[in-house]
Parts: sequence; structure tokens; C-alpha cells
Amino acid sequence: MKENQLNVPVIRIDSISKVYRGEGFEVHALREVSFNVEKGDFVAVMGPSGSGKSTLLNILGCLDRPTSGTYFIEGEAVSKLNEKALARTRNRRIGFVFQSFNLLPRLTAFQNVELPLIYKGIGRSTRTEVVRRYLGAVGLADRMENRPNQLSGGQVQRVAIARALVNEPSIILADEPTGNLDSRSGEEVMKIFQDFNDQGKTIILVTHEDDIARHARRILKFRDGSLIADEVVNERLRADDRIQEIEENEHVQEAEMAQ
Amino acid sequence: MNFYESLRTALSSLTANKLRSILTMLGVIIGVAAVVSMVSLGQGTRMQITEQIGELGSNVLTVVPGRTRPRPGMAVQAAQPSRDFNYQMYSDLKHMVEEEYIPDIIRVGSEINSSSIVTFQRENIRSTVVGTTPNYPDIQNFFPQTGRFFTSFELENASRVIVLGKTVAEELFGTSTNALGKNVRVGNVSFTIIGVMEPKSAFGRDLGDRVFVPITTAQRRLTGVRTIQSITVQTATAADTRPVTSYIEGFFTRRLGGDDQYSIINQQDILDTIDQVTGTVTLLLAGITGISLLVGGIGIMNIMLVSVTERTREIGLRKAIGARPSDIMTQFIIESSTLSGLGGIIGIMLGVLGSIVISRLSDMTTLVSLESAVIAFLVAVGVGLFFGIFPARRASRLDPITALRYE
Repeated sequence: MKENQLNVPVIRIDSISKVYRGEGFEVHALREVSFNVEKGDFVAVMGPSGSGKSTLLNILGCLDRPTSGTYFIEGEAVSKLNEKALARTRNRRIGFVFQSFNLLPRLTAFQNVELPLIYKGIGRSTRTEVVRRYLGAVGLADRMENRPNQLSGGQVQRVAIARALVNEPSIILADEPTGNLDSRSGEEVMKIFQDFNDQGKTIILVTHEDDIARHARRILKFRDGSLIADEVVNERLRADDRIQEIEENEHVQEAEMAQ
Repeated sequence: MNFYESLRTALSSLTANKLRSILTMLGVIIGVAAVVSMVSLGQGTRMQITEQIGELGSNVLTVVPGRTRPRPGMAVQAAQPSRDFNYQMYSDLKHMVEEEYIPDIIRVGSEINSSSIVTFQRENIRSTVVGTTPNYPDIQNFFPQTGRFFTSFELENASRVIVLGKTVAEELFGTSTNALGKNVRVGNVSFTIIGVMEPKSAFGRDLGDRVFVPITTAQRRLTGVRTIQSITVQTATAADTRPVTSYIEGFFTRRLGGDDQYSIINQQDILDTIDQVTGTVTLLLAGITGISLLVGGIGIMNIMLVSVTERTREIGLRKAIGARPSDIMTQFIIESSTLSGLGGIIGIMLGVLGSIVISRLSDMTTLVSLESAVIAFLVAVGVGLFFGIFPARRASRLDPITALRYE
């Protein structure tokens, strides 16, 4: 039984299409896309704008339904679930990290991370403990009571990652999480993703930057709604090394400035 | 998400927009305050009138000669009152009651009023001289404060005894105790003072300017008129007045030779009519002020709709991390009903304060009942719930993708 469960992919997409129909036009955002994501994988989805990667992410995140095809999370067909069950799936099986407007501005970092636990119905004492643990894991134990406007862009994304993780979801979906960040903050965010992936978390990341995509284990390339390439990353970038590089560059620049 | 968490979420978003929340509440506050103070005014007036009629004597039927117009309490004397409406008729009625030919009547009295000057040494005062029967205090619920009222013996002998009203006694003697035993003149007739009445007023009119003498004395020594002006009949309970009315109708019709020769005025009828009128007025006031509550409710709906639009991305984000449509709906409904409920509580406090101010600054009486406060509060919360549903549904049905992309 246990072995059987292990063999079931976390995500199985079976010839999914998404068509937007309007008056006199028809947009094929996705055309017959199929792929699997195994547990523990780290997938980067790439493609130019309009390639269908956002639509794919919305479907994967149960925010949207495919026009045709089936979608399984851990063997369960979610394309047939009703609104309430979808909300439950989003809450327990999926963790979202968006490019912008990730946190509720009125709430502190702690309260933002707490939200998925509240919607899950977890009691207060357990919530406090879990939130502390995850905020600690993303290196923000000392910023728990800060509101988003008192945090840097990189810190906001780290809070968002903590929030995505608190309910121990099956997949983490990240939509251009480094898009609004400078390269160093971006690397710090990627480091957290890599660390959690090393611990066995499954991550799907949408990006259009090659450098960011090469932090993943596998890259899916899209164009015009079709999956055109499914590659394993050979020379994987490690965020640790990149951060070191950036720091060295900074030192060099400082030294040049001093001269 | 449980109720407590929803409440916490709702409160935190209300406090995030304090000024707006207060302004929105203001509509409900004014509405509830208006309802509470206006209803208290209506109920106060009603209580005041009812009390005053009650003070005039309860369960009392008054029979007067002539016909009344069909307007409550407004007697119009016949051009020539029947000569048979006299003391003899009163005695006969009293006799029949005492012999229990007519049931359910506990007292029968009669009255004749005239205006005269009351003189003590060089002091004098114009007064209403009431010639009446010894049971007047019991029927009118109006008793001597010092001394006593006259007796049946003094009535039969047409004794020259007098009971002064409080105001008359104080005008002539300074204090009421000074008056006892002294002699005053009414017109040219000398009377011995045997009592002074308690202070009393009805419908804002002072009853202390009256003096009371036996009706026989008034007829023989003061006016020289044989007819009397009214006969009052008191029943044991208010319910008895209707059967008693029909009994005495028979008596008077027979004695006076027609049912157009007299009128029976029923205190209960007057009371009922006034009760009905003030009740309608109260309802009218509540209705008019209720409209302002409705306007307050529409204000809440308006602000909630703005709030939903403003927080479209928040709603999208909440949905993305697992909020069910019902969670979102609950959050917004709690927000709107918290606004209206809090507004209701503040409104009740202001309304109570307002009704106190009204009764202090004017001579109107106000009465705040718990009932009206509770109803106003429940209506306010109901308004919040009702007007919150539409915006809340709109929020709960937002498509998360559209909501997240909303700029």
C-alpha cells in the first residue's frame, strides 16, 4: 500500500486544454498538455508571455478548471470537485507564492502565515507553534510582528513561502516569486526553495529567467499553449554559491570604490 | 474557520478603517437614537394622559342632562335641561342602588357647580363652589389633607360646612391648618371650615381653587336652583361600566321621558380613545424615524460594496489559500452587522440621553421602555444583516483568478 502511494505522482496532467471563448474569438491557452510531477521534484515552467504558463499554474492551483482533460493530485481527480472541495484542496494540498500582493497589508507577518491554519480550523496554540517554526525556517523569527510595509521585498517573499508551507501541502506553486526582487534577494528566496526541496518538498516554479530556472531539477518549456520541451537540468545552480559570488563581487566593487 | 476567527478578522478590518466605520455607523446611530427618543416621547405622553384620566376617578360614569355630540368627553347642554334632573332623582337612584335593584354600582354621587367669591375678613378669592355628596372624595380619588369631608348627616341637614381647596386655603389663611374651624363667607352665607383638600391637578389645571359644600346646602342657600348638573356612578371594576350603562339608561330614560334628555360619559371610553390615538401617534413616530434607520442600512450596504471592490485582491488571496465562499461571506456579514450592532448600542444610549434632555427642556413626559430599546437594537442588527448579504454574496462569488489580477 505504502509503496503504491509512493508510485503515484504528486501531479498528473492528462491532455489538458484550456480555451477562452469570447464573441468572435477563441484563444487556445493550453493545447493537450500532459506531464507528471513526482514527489520531491523541483520543476521550473518557462515560456514567453502568452505561452500558457500562467493558465497552467491557475489550473494546477485549482483556481481555474481546464476546458478538457483531467488533473490528478496524488491520484485524486480534482477537476470534478465542487467549489467547497476546491477551497479545501487549495488549503491543504497547495501552497501559493505569488509575484506581487502576496501578503495582506493589514496583518503582521505572523498573522499572514497563520491564515491558512485558521481556514483549516487549527486551534490557536498549535497555530502559534507552527507559525513560529516556519517563520524561523525562513529566517524571519525576529520579524514576526512586522507588517509587510516594514519588510523588504525579499522578506515579504520569505513570509509568503512560510505561509505556503504551514499546512504541509503536497505541492508549492510559485508564480515568478523573484520577479520583483534584486538578484541577491532573489537568490535568497531560491535558496529557501532549494533547502525545502532538499527536505523533500515538491515545488513548481513559473519564471521567464533562465538563471532562476536553472536552480530547479527539471525545466518544462511552453510556447503557444503547448509543451515543447521537458528537460533535466544538468548543471544545476546552487543559490548558496550564487550568494557567495554576489558577495565577492560586492567586495571587489567596494575595494575598487575605495581605490 | 470558526465564528470567533471570523469575528476577529472582521473587527480587524473595521478598525483598519476607523473613520469610515464611524461615519457608516453614524447612519444607524442617528436612526436608532431617533426611534428610541421619539417612541419614548409617544409612550410618555400616553402614560401621562392615562394617569391623569385615572386620577379623575376610575370606573366612573357621568350622567349629565342634555345630549352630547358624538365626540368623546365633549358635552353640549340641551337648551333647556329637564327639570326632572334634580336632587330627588339622585336620591331615588341612590335608593335603588342601596336596595340593590341595580347591581354592580358601588357609589352614586351628584354635583352642582357655580362660581362665587369666598371671603375671610378682608381677603377674598374667586372660586368654583362644588355642591356635592359625601362620597365625592372616594369617587374622584381626591381626599382632604387636613380635617374631614362632610357627612351624610350634614348633607341631609344642609349644614353650612365647607371644605376648601389647597390653593384657596393658602390664599386666605397662609397655611391649611390655620383655616380649620374658622368661618368664611361664600357670597353672603357664612360657612364653617371643616377640612382642606390635598393638592391636585388634572390636565395641568389646578383643582385647589375649588371649595366643597353639601349639594343640598348649595341648592338651598347659594343658588336656589332645584336641578343638579351631573350624577356620577362608580362601578367596582372597569368591566362593569358597560352593563351598568345599560341599567341606568333604562332608569334615566324612564325618569326623564326620553333618551335624548341625558348623556352618559364613560371614563373608560375616553381612556380607550386616547390610548388608541397616542398609540397610533407613537407608531407613526416610530415609522417615520424608522425610515432614517433604513437610510442608515443603505449607507452600510454602500460602504460594504465599496469595501468589497477595494479588497478584491484580498478576497482573491484568501480564496487562493483556502477560504471557502462561506468563509468570505461570513466575514463580510459579520463586518456589516458589527457596524450596525455597535451603531445600535450607541444609538440606544444617545436616544435615552435625548429623551432625558427632551423631558428636561420641555414639559413633555418621556418613557423609555426596555422593549423599545431591544426592538430598536434588533432592527438595527437586522438591517446590518439584510444590507450586508448582497455585498457579502458578491464578495464570496468573486472568481479568485480575476480577483488576484484585479488592479
